[in-house]
Amino acid sequence: MLTPEEWDIVVLSLKVSAVAIGGVAPVAFGCAWLLARGRFVGRVLLDALVHLPLVLPPVVTGWLLLLAFGAQGLVGRWLAEFGVSVMFRWTGAALASAVMAFPLMVRAMRLSIEAVDRRLESAARTLGAGRLRVFATITLPLAMPGVLAGMVLGFARSLGEFGATITFVSNIPGETETLPLAIYSALQIPGSETAVTRLALVSVALSLIALLVSEVLARKVGRTGVI
Amino acid sequence: MSSEAAPVFDIDVTVPRGEGILHLSFASHAAITALVGRSGAGKTSVLDMVAGLLRPQAGRIAVAGRVLFDSVAGIDLPPERRGCGYVFQDLRLFPHMTVERNLLYGARRAGSEPSLLSLLDVCALLGIEPLLARPVRRLSGGEAQRVAIGRALLSGARFLLFDEPLSSLDPARRGEIMGLIERIRDELGLPILYVSHDAAEVERLAGNVVPIG
Repeated sequence: MLTPEEWDIVVLSLKVSAVAIGGVAPVAFGCAWLLARGRFVGRVLLDALVHLPLVLPPVVTGWLLLLAFGAQGLVGRWLAEFGVSVMFRWTGAALASAVMAFPLMVRAMRLSIEAVDRRLESAARTLGAGRLRVFATITLPLAMPGVLAGMVLGFARSLGEFGATITFVSNIPGETETLPLAIYSALQIPGSETAVTRLALVSVALSLIALLVSEVLARKVGRTGVI
Repeated sequence: MSSEAAPVFDIDVTVPRGEGILHLSFASHAAITALVGRSGAGKTSVLDMVAGLLRPQAGRIAVAGRVLFDSVAGIDLPPERRGCGYVFQDLRLFPHMTVERNLLYGARRAGSEPSLLSLLDVCALLGIEPLLARPVRRLSGGEAQRVAIGRALLSGARFLLFDEPLSSLDPARRGEIMGLIERIRDELGLPILYVSHDAAEVERLAGNVVPIG
């Protein structure tokens, strides 16, 4: 099957994606909540900004990250004070993945929040529950399948992330070389067709599994079964 | 808390309604007060205002001498502090919970009140004990109606709001639920504001009838 190096690539890819999605999910949920329930000036602008990584060329997103997080960047200099740098690190790859997966996650989460029947929330309030308890016991559990579907979808998107990652943190074996980057590298080397095929098959399998899981969860939103 | 003279329901509200304005003012001393009127007259809106789910443009709402809303005095209690047991026309049972968890959802508030009812009392009163472990989507119309009433009773409610509680039931079930409402009135002494468009129903239950629209 896979060589030890290829296994390392798969493990690194999964790690990068897991950290990316785990880290960005709360932010995505907050954004989804604001867009679904918020009434404020600039909501349309926030909506557009959230969707930007979906339509920008990934290389531009990567370059913008480079500007912000590079040694001279605003965030990069601030992080350097704590001795932290994401440049050329797997954490940088996770950051690029998170940004690219963000719009998809917000979309799925927003739909699931909008699908929650607000009449149930008002019923809960008449029964003595304050806003926080209503959120924790009614809104969040009812929206949860969609929230998880959004995370799985984001995870799948993140596994396929290429352009922003290679622009932002380059292609360093063992550090930032995720599956798509490894496939790209292998394609540059004559005679590595079987390696490319193996890695591509792994890629297809992972994406398919993630999409299936996401679809199963999304169907739960329509029914009110909840997991 | 409530003086002898205070009406059970003392309501004087103004709320925009379609093109015009709905103004409603009544004070009722009856154990059950019925709001009657054609559909669309705003009966449910009145219940929503008493429950705190709809804010009147102006006015005053007091139940058993306790002021829930007063636009002049700047009082507007949030729904969770009004102490009402609202049985919605569309029931609004929580679909992701069992019957038992639905029934106990409001029990937290009841815990801080000198509560009159336990889960067992309510189960006995409504005959819903065999349903406790069931998910609510597997209840019949009459069962769901009784669970919704039970949930309101167990929430430490000081008064009850009923929105057309019989409209979705067959005649046999209607008689049964009507009997229950009479028992709640007689045995628990909870004031009830009752919305209906059925004259016979109102004739049997209500001590005071307020026309709307």
